[in-house]
Amino acid sequence: MIPSSFEYSAPSTLDEALKMLNALGDEAKILAGGHSLIPMMKLRFAEPGHLIDINNIPGLSYVKEEGGYLTIGAMTREVELEESDIAAAKFPIFLDAAKLIADPQVRNWGTIGGNLAHGDAANDHPAVMIALDAEVEITGQDGARWVSINEFFMGFYMTAVQEGEILTAIRVPLPTGKNGNSYHKNERKVGDYATAGVAVNITLDDNGTCTSAGIGLTNVNPTPLKAVRSEQALIGTKIDDEAINIAAQYASEDCSPSEDLRGSEDYKRRVVKALTKRMITKALERAN
Amino acid sequence: MEIKITLNGTEMTAEVEPRTLLVHLIREKLSSTGTHIGCDTSSCGACTLLIDGKSAKSCTLLAVQVNGKAITTVEGLLTVDGLHPIQEAFKLNHALHCGFCTPGMMMRVVELLEKNPDPSEEEIRWGISGNLCRCTGYNNIVKAIKYASAKMRGAELPSTEPEFV
Repeated sequence: MIPSSFEYSAPSTLDEALKMLNALGDEAKILAGGHSLIPMMKLRFAEPGHLIDINNIPGLSYVKEEGGYLTIGAMTREVELEESDIAAAKFPIFLDAAKLIADPQVRNWGTIGGNLAHGDAANDHPAVMIALDAEVEITGQDGARWVSINEFFMGFYMTAVQEGEILTAIRVPLPTGKNGNSYHKNERKVGDYATAGVAVNITLDDNGTCTSAGIGLTNVNPTPLKAVRSEQALIGTKIDDEAINIAAQYASEDCSPSEDLRGSEDYKRRVVKALTKRMITKALERAN
Repeated sequence: MEIKITLNGTEMTAEVEPRTLLVHLIREKLSSTGTHIGCDTSSCGACTLLIDGKSAKSCTLLAVQVNGKAITTVEGLLTVDGLHPIQEAFKLNHALHCGFCTPGMMMRVVELLEKNPDPSEEEIRWGISGNLCRCTGYNNIVKAIKYASAKMRGAELPSTEPEFV
């Protein structure tokens, strides 16, 4: 399978890329790792007239702590986050997710920014970033703006990145106090999209009362889903069995999975419920 | 457009369309047919090669994306001294039947052992999780990777006798 013909440019600065993107309009598409885009182009689901490859732009790949945030450059490869000491120390959720994202070769190319900008509810970072209450930096010719992850996914393959803009970074608040996070997805085989996936991030005060909770769901809704009622069910509790059961029940009710080869709607709701329980429990263990 | 690459140590230029996939450049224009095309959907790993030392699936990369980079394919494993330790390990441990997945499998193992010279069985199995073999059931592949690991570290070599289970 070979994509239909297109023009290709590989600018060496972000300014140059933005200029090109603005000049070409919706004919152009940004090429990051390409491991979602190229398969779609091979199947001719996507036929951009012009690819702007941003792999040669320096300064878009980093993982660093600054100003109370862990900031991740958009072009950071999955493998770089997987191997980052900072991420491992404070965000084991990234290691949980990395191991389940495609396979090692794909993780050598796939980028964190691309995983989000693709706007696919089946990708894993959207749910993880929802749980972590991330913000996304979107850069246009007039400068950069930060957008909450909760306002980022606007529809099926649609995000807050507008025409002429590029996703340039992601930041998540560094955990304070007793914090735990975890992610798991059920997949039929390595490299498959999730049957369902659940990301959880919780913070406890010194008495073990939950002060904040983030829960994101993968591939059980047209857009990546923030399980708001489930989060609320944990906040203010000691996260006992009852609270966990309520949160899991809400997650299974509030998602909107569709039947496919991975299972029926009912089955997927049951997977969401089971995984929500397990991930809250795991995050709690990690917090304590 | 014209791109410049280093293929198995030799610098060369090639004229490609932007839509040319890396695997097609390697196999059809540069006649290195050791790199295979299996699923053509980045699932099976038969097209795995190294780009600047990192394993990648060449069916899901455009040739233009590797402009200026160094590519190593299975043809690049052979040295003047003979088989690469990974090739030798696969041969001695019967880690292939039909051999279709073998070049991609071995190129993946090059990076796996470079990052983790003494992997556990679990690390090996996760490490080759992007490479499918439909013949061997993986046991002899895992065994071969352990053998190659020992050989490359200069450790005591495990037995190559077949295991019957």
